[in-house]
Amino acid sequence: MIRVQREDFDLGAELDALADGNHRVGGLASFVGLVRDMAGDGPVAAMTLEHYPGMTERQLAEIEAEAHRRWPLEATLIIHRFGRLEPGDRVVLVACASAHRQAALAACHFLIDWLKTRAPFWKHEEAPDGGGDWVRAREIDDRAAAAWDRNEG
Amino acid sequence: MTVLYFAWVRSRIGTGSEAIALPDGVRDVAGLIEWLQRRGGGYADAFADPTQIRVAVNQEYVDPDHPLSDADEVAFFPPVTGG
Repeated sequence: MIRVQREDFDLGAELDALADGNHRVGGLASFVGLVRDMAGDGPVAAMTLEHYPGMTERQLAEIEAEAHRRWPLEATLIIHRFGRLEPGDRVVLVACASAHRQAALAACHFLIDWLKTRAPFWKHEEAPDGGGDWVRAREIDDRAAAAWDRNEG
Repeated sequence: MTVLYFAWVRSRIGTGSEAIALPDGVRDVAGLIEWLQRRGGGYADAFADPTQIRVAVNQEYVDPDHPLSDADEVAFFPPVTGG
Protein backbone atom coordinates (compact mmCIF):
# COMPACT_ATOMS: atom_id res chain seq x y z
CA MET A 1 0.00 0.00 0.00
CA ILE A 2 1.20 3.50 -0.89
CA ARG A 3 0.26 6.72 0.88
CA VAL A 4 1.64 10.19 0.08
CA GLN A 5 0.33 12.67 2.60
CA ARG A 6 0.95 15.91 4.44
CA GLU A 7 -0.27 14.53 7.80
CA ASP A 8 1.75 12.60 10.36
CA PHE A 9 1.03 8.90 10.92
CA ASP A 10 0.66 6.66 13.97
CA LEU A 11 3.58 4.26 13.81
CA GLY A 12 2.12 1.63 16.14
CA ALA A 13 -1.29 1.64 14.49
CA GLU A 14 0.21 1.36 10.99
CA LEU A 15 2.43 -1.60 11.91
CA ASP A 16 -0.39 -3.36 13.77
CA ALA A 17 -2.71 -2.95 10.79
CA LEU A 18 -0.16 -4.39 8.35
CA ALA A 19 -0.20 -7.86 9.89
CA ASP A 20 -3.63 -7.71 11.49
CA GLY A 21 -5.53 -10.97 11.03
CA ASN A 22 -2.85 -12.50 8.78
CA HIS A 23 -1.32 -15.35 10.76
CA ARG A 24 1.07 -16.30 7.95
CA VAL A 25 3.11 -13.28 9.02
CA GLY A 26 5.99 -14.21 11.30
CA GLY A 27 8.14 -11.12 10.82
CA LEU A 28 7.38 -7.43 10.46
CA ALA A 29 10.28 -5.10 9.60
CA SER A 30 10.09 -1.33 9.40
CA PHE A 31 12.21 1.73 8.65
CA VAL A 32 11.25 5.21 9.82
CA GLY A 33 13.01 8.29 8.46
CA LEU A 34 13.09 11.39 10.69
CA VAL A 35 14.09 15.02 10.13
CA ARG A 36 17.52 15.72 11.67
CA ASP A 37 18.58 19.04 13.15
CA MET A 38 21.92 18.97 11.31
CA ALA A 39 22.83 18.58 7.65
CA GLY A 40 26.38 18.63 6.33
CA ASP A 41 28.06 21.08 8.70
CA GLY A 42 25.11 23.36 9.45
CA PRO A 43 22.03 23.36 11.66
CA VAL A 44 18.60 22.83 10.12
CA ALA A 45 15.52 24.64 11.48
CA ALA A 46 13.02 22.91 9.17
CA MET A 47 12.67 21.32 5.78
CA THR A 48 10.00 21.42 3.10
CA LEU A 49 9.43 18.36 0.96
CA GLU A 50 8.20 19.03 -2.57
CA HIS A 51 6.90 16.18 -4.71
CA TYR A 52 5.46 15.42 -8.14
CA PRO A 53 1.85 14.34 -7.50
CA GLY A 54 0.90 11.41 -9.67
CA MET A 55 4.44 10.38 -10.62
CA THR A 56 5.30 9.94 -6.95
CA GLU A 57 2.52 7.41 -6.45
CA ARG A 58 3.39 5.63 -9.72
CA GLN A 59 7.07 5.33 -8.82
CA LEU A 60 6.34 4.12 -5.29
CA ALA A 61 3.89 1.53 -6.64
CA GLU A 62 6.54 0.28 -9.11
CA ILE A 63 9.15 0.03 -6.36
CA GLU A 64 6.69 -1.82 -4.13
CA ALA A 65 5.80 -4.22 -6.96
CA GLU A 66 9.52 -4.91 -7.51
CA ALA A 67 9.91 -5.84 -3.82
CA HIS A 68 7.02 -8.29 -4.14
CA ARG A 69 8.69 -9.85 -7.21
CA ARG A 70 11.96 -10.34 -5.31
CA TRP A 71 10.75 -11.56 -1.92
CA PRO A 72 7.78 -13.59 -0.57
CA LEU A 73 5.97 -10.74 1.18
CA GLU A 74 2.54 -10.88 2.79
CA ALA A 75 2.10 -7.10 2.95
CA THR A 76 4.01 -3.87 2.40
CA LEU A 77 3.38 -0.25 3.30
CA ILE A 78 5.09 2.93 2.18
CA ILE A 79 3.99 6.25 3.70
CA HIS A 80 5.87 9.37 2.59
CA ARG A 81 5.03 12.84 3.82
CA PHE A 82 5.36 16.18 2.02
CA GLY A 83 5.15 19.79 3.12
CA ARG A 84 7.02 21.58 5.92
CA LEU A 85 8.57 19.36 8.62
CA GLU A 86 10.69 20.15 11.67
CA PRO A 87 13.51 18.21 13.38
CA GLY A 88 12.15 15.06 15.00
CA ASP A 89 9.18 14.83 12.63
CA ARG A 90 8.59 11.57 10.79
CA VAL A 91 9.23 11.79 7.02
CA VAL A 92 8.79 8.25 5.75
CA LEU A 93 7.71 4.79 6.86
CA VAL A 94 8.55 1.60 5.01
CA ALA A 95 7.22 -1.65 6.47
CA CYS A 96 7.27 -5.23 5.20
CA ALA A 97 5.49 -8.30 6.56
CA SER A 98 6.62 -11.82 5.66
CA ALA A 99 6.60 -15.35 7.03
CA HIS A 100 10.25 -14.98 8.03
CA ARG A 101 12.58 -12.20 9.08
CA GLN A 102 15.05 -12.46 6.18
CA ALA A 103 12.56 -11.43 3.50
CA ALA A 104 10.97 -8.73 5.67
CA LEU A 105 14.31 -7.13 6.59
CA ALA A 106 15.85 -7.34 3.11
CA ALA A 107 12.74 -6.00 1.38
CA CYS A 108 12.53 -3.12 3.85
CA HIS A 109 16.16 -2.18 3.17
CA PHE A 110 15.61 -2.47 -0.58
CA LEU A 111 12.48 -0.29 -0.50
CA ILE A 112 14.10 2.63 1.33
CA ASP A 113 17.25 2.44 -0.83
CA TRP A 114 15.32 2.46 -4.10
CA LEU A 115 12.81 5.03 -2.87
CA LYS A 116 15.59 7.50 -2.10
CA THR A 117 16.89 7.49 -5.67
CA ARG A 118 13.64 7.04 -7.65
CA ALA A 119 10.65 8.61 -5.90
CA PRO A 120 10.27 12.24 -7.05
CA PHE A 121 10.66 14.14 -3.78
CA TRP A 122 12.97 17.07 -3.13
CA LYS A 123 14.03 18.51 0.23
CA HIS A 124 14.53 22.23 0.79
CA GLU A 125 16.26 22.94 4.08
CA GLU A 126 15.81 26.10 6.14
CA ALA A 127 18.69 27.33 8.32
CA PRO A 128 17.97 29.02 11.66
CA ASP A 129 19.14 32.38 10.20
CA GLY A 130 16.38 32.21 7.60
CA GLY A 131 18.56 31.09 4.69
CA GLY A 132 17.80 27.93 2.82
CA ASP A 133 18.93 25.63 0.06
CA TRP A 134 17.93 22.54 -1.87
CA VAL A 135 19.45 19.32 -0.59
CA ARG A 136 21.89 17.79 -3.08
CA ALA A 137 21.55 14.15 -4.07
CA ARG A 138 24.32 12.04 -2.56
CA GLU A 139 26.45 9.57 -4.46
CA ILE A 140 26.36 7.22 -1.49
CA ASP A 141 22.57 6.89 -2.00
CA ASP A 142 23.07 6.07 -5.68
CA ARG A 143 25.59 3.39 -4.76
CA ALA A 144 23.26 1.92 -2.12
CA ALA A 145 20.42 1.69 -4.63
CA ALA A 146 22.68 0.33 -7.38
CA ALA A 147 23.88 -2.46 -5.07
CA TRP A 148 20.37 -3.96 -5.31
CA ASP A 149 20.72 -4.15 -9.10
CA ARG A 150 23.42 -6.76 -8.63
CA ASN A 151 22.30 -8.30 -5.36
CA GLU A 152 18.83 -9.81 -5.37
CA GLY A 153 18.91 -9.99 -1.58
CA MET B 1 2.60 19.85 -24.09
CA THR B 2 2.35 20.43 -20.40
CA VAL B 3 5.83 21.15 -19.09
CA LEU B 4 6.45 20.89 -15.34
CA TYR B 5 9.43 22.05 -13.27
CA PHE B 6 10.29 21.02 -9.72
CA ALA B 7 12.67 22.03 -6.92
CA TRP B 8 15.53 24.34 -8.02
CA VAL B 9 14.60 23.96 -11.68
CA ARG B 10 11.22 25.50 -10.77
CA SER B 11 12.71 28.26 -8.60
CA ARG B 12 15.28 29.27 -11.26
CA ILE B 13 12.66 29.39 -14.02
CA GLY B 14 10.07 31.07 -11.81
CA THR B 15 7.09 28.83 -12.62
CA GLY B 16 6.13 25.23 -11.89
CA SER B 17 4.01 24.58 -14.96
CA GLU B 18 3.40 25.95 -18.43
CA ALA B 19 1.78 24.90 -21.70
CA ILE B 20 4.20 24.84 -24.64
CA ALA B 21 3.29 23.90 -28.22
CA LEU B 22 5.88 21.43 -29.50
CA PRO B 23 8.33 23.82 -31.21
CA ASP B 24 9.22 23.35 -34.90
CA GLY B 25 12.22 21.08 -35.24
CA VAL B 26 12.04 19.69 -31.69
CA ARG B 27 11.64 15.93 -31.80
CA ASP B 28 12.96 14.66 -28.49
CA VAL B 29 13.79 15.60 -24.89
CA ALA B 30 17.32 16.78 -25.76
CA GLY B 31 15.87 19.05 -28.45
CA LEU B 32 13.38 20.54 -25.99
CA ILE B 33 16.16 21.22 -23.47
CA GLU B 34 18.18 23.05 -26.16
CA TRP B 35 15.08 25.05 -27.12
CA LEU B 36 14.42 25.99 -23.49
CA GLN B 37 18.09 26.98 -22.99
CA ARG B 38 17.76 29.42 -25.92
CA ARG B 39 14.95 31.22 -24.09
CA GLY B 40 17.70 32.65 -21.86
CA GLY B 41 17.24 34.13 -18.37
CA GLY B 42 16.09 31.64 -15.76
CA TYR B 43 15.78 28.90 -18.40
CA ALA B 44 19.45 29.22 -19.39
CA ASP B 45 20.33 29.17 -15.69
CA ALA B 46 18.18 26.11 -14.91
CA PHE B 47 19.46 24.12 -17.91
CA ALA B 48 23.08 25.32 -17.78
CA ASP B 49 24.24 21.81 -16.86
CA PRO B 50 21.84 19.25 -18.36
CA THR B 51 23.68 16.43 -16.54
CA GLN B 52 22.04 17.74 -13.35
CA ILE B 53 18.52 17.47 -14.82
CA ARG B 54 16.29 14.39 -14.68
CA VAL B 55 13.40 14.07 -17.12
CA ALA B 56 10.06 12.29 -16.96
CA VAL B 57 7.59 11.99 -19.83
CA ASN B 58 4.06 11.04 -18.80
CA GLN B 59 5.41 10.37 -15.29
CA GLU B 60 8.07 7.81 -16.30
CA TYR B 61 11.82 8.47 -16.30
CA VAL B 62 13.21 8.83 -19.83
CA ASP B 63 16.54 9.41 -21.57
CA PRO B 64 17.37 12.52 -23.64
CA ASP B 65 16.60 10.73 -26.92
CA HIS B 66 12.99 10.01 -25.88
CA PRO B 67 10.61 11.33 -28.59
CA LEU B 68 8.01 13.98 -27.74
CA SER B 69 4.48 14.68 -28.93
CA ASP B 70 2.11 17.56 -28.26
CA ALA B 71 0.01 15.43 -25.88
CA ASP B 72 2.92 14.69 -23.50
CA GLU B 73 3.41 15.78 -19.91
CA VAL B 74 7.13 16.55 -19.63
CA ALA B 75 8.77 17.17 -16.26
CA PHE B 76 12.26 18.52 -15.52
CA PHE B 77 13.77 18.24 -12.05
CA PRO B 78 17.03 17.69 -10.13
CA PRO B 79 18.12 14.27 -8.85
CA VAL B 80 15.60 13.28 -6.18
CA THR B 81 16.29 13.68 -2.44
CA GLY B 82 13.34 12.09 -0.60
CA GLY B 83 13.32 9.36 2.01
